[in-house]
Amino acid sequence: MKKTLSILLVSFLIIGNFSKSNAEEVKDCFEGLNRATFAFNQGLDKAIVEPVSKGYRKLPMPIRKGTSNVLSNLSNLVTIPNNVLQGDLKAAGLNTARLSINTTIGIFGIFDVAQQMGLVKDYKKEDYGQTLGKWGVGEGCYLVLPILGPSTARDTIGTLTSFLGGDPWYNITVKNDTQYFKDSDYYVSKGTDGINFRSKNIEAFDNLEKNSMDFYASVRSLYLQDRKQKIHNSSKITNTQDDSDWDDLQSN
Amino acid sequence: MKKKGLYLFYFVFYIIITCNSYAIEPDVFVQSTVNRASQTLSKDISKKEKMLELQKLAKDTVDIKGIGFYTLGKYRKEITEQQKKKYSNLFESYFLKSFSSRLSEYSNPKINVVSKDKKNEKYTIVSSILVATKDRPEIKIDWRIYTKNPEKPLIRDLIIEGLSLARTQKEEFASIIKSNDGQIDALFENLQKFIDE
Repeated sequence: MKKTLSILLVSFLIIGNFSKSNAEEVKDCFEGLNRATFAFNQGLDKAIVEPVSKGYRKLPMPIRKGTSNVLSNLSNLVTIPNNVLQGDLKAAGLNTARLSINTTIGIFGIFDVAQQMGLVKDYKKEDYGQTLGKWGVGEGCYLVLPILGPSTARDTIGTLTSFLGGDPWYNITVKNDTQYFKDSDYYVSKGTDGINFRSKNIEAFDNLEKNSMDFYASVRSLYLQDRKQKIHNSSKITNTQDDSDWDDLQSN
Repeated sequence: MKKKGLYLFYFVFYIIITCNSYAIEPDVFVQSTVNRASQTLSKDISKKEKMLELQKLAKDTVDIKGIGFYTLGKYRKEITEQQKKKYSNLFESYFLKSFSSRLSEYSNPKINVVSKDKKNEKYTIVSSILVATKDRPEIKIDWRIYTKNPEKPLIRDLIIEGLSLARTQKEEFASIIKSNDGQIDALFENLQKFIDE
């Protein structure tokens, strides 16, 4: 297994071309395969994810809110080590305090007690892909992963890092045989996270699909913009989007 | 009497000039545009009528021609004047259909303008919030306002949660052209198909 992963990593490094590239350039090295995987994921979405998300939305608001809080609290387990790796010790400290308080007094994070105690929520999820980006690693080729969806070579390595010990939640549920948790706890939490996200974006997705001439390209563009923004933790990129691009245009 | 008439003439002239030369603040412009859209969406009229009203609003407030050429990217320098003309017409129809169709799905969205950031003489970014509903969280929307003519500001981009619609559109068009061996006509065909649907 480890050997396969190593080969995969090396292949990405060779194929991916991780050098920093022109922000405008989209490196879709495996477009044919990506489009096929995208179509497969679309089928899966239509058959399972979207109907389940619509059903999930019918649950009472407090249940959805509580579930969302638990998942957000759990995501701290990956965010905190990445705060540290990115040198943001202040955020690491705040998130650790919030995680401790909300997991205990807030009953696994259902209630955001920390916020009421003055630990203000300005939570930004971080992952290993973002950390690599922060360290200057280019995004490499755009990829569409089965079930998981859009990614890049860099972000895929980030995801693999989580599976190789970087995600404490994965470690105590799937990787190590603890008596407290089962493998299914991990998969249920990840599945619910996906459904929770999808349920908040049903109209936005439908709208985008309906009004796109090339839905695949639209999703790719939005994913890559979103990742760039998350790496910089600001909307700086779009705000300072090269004005010269607009300059010579005729207007109404 | 003649003097009095002259004064009156100057006074009326002054009023006309000052009334027509007020610069409109970009944040006021956005809030009033949003209010107009909101009024239309909450009207008890058919979806088709709503779409027509929204299209009129877009023609008044959005720099459709500018966005069209922006989304064409590098290809705008490679096409003939005749193709440019054809593209402008197609893009306007495409944009109006897409814009009104997207907006008409919402019933009375509540958007509050929160701040503005003047980038330079030509651009101001106006920040606003689409108020949360029970089904979706609050959404941050930034408006890129073109202020070259301060009396007639125009919307050039919407940046939703940091994602630029103009840029997404540009990359979508580039993808269509690229997957058709760089043929701009393929984009024209796709636009026409979308308009006719």
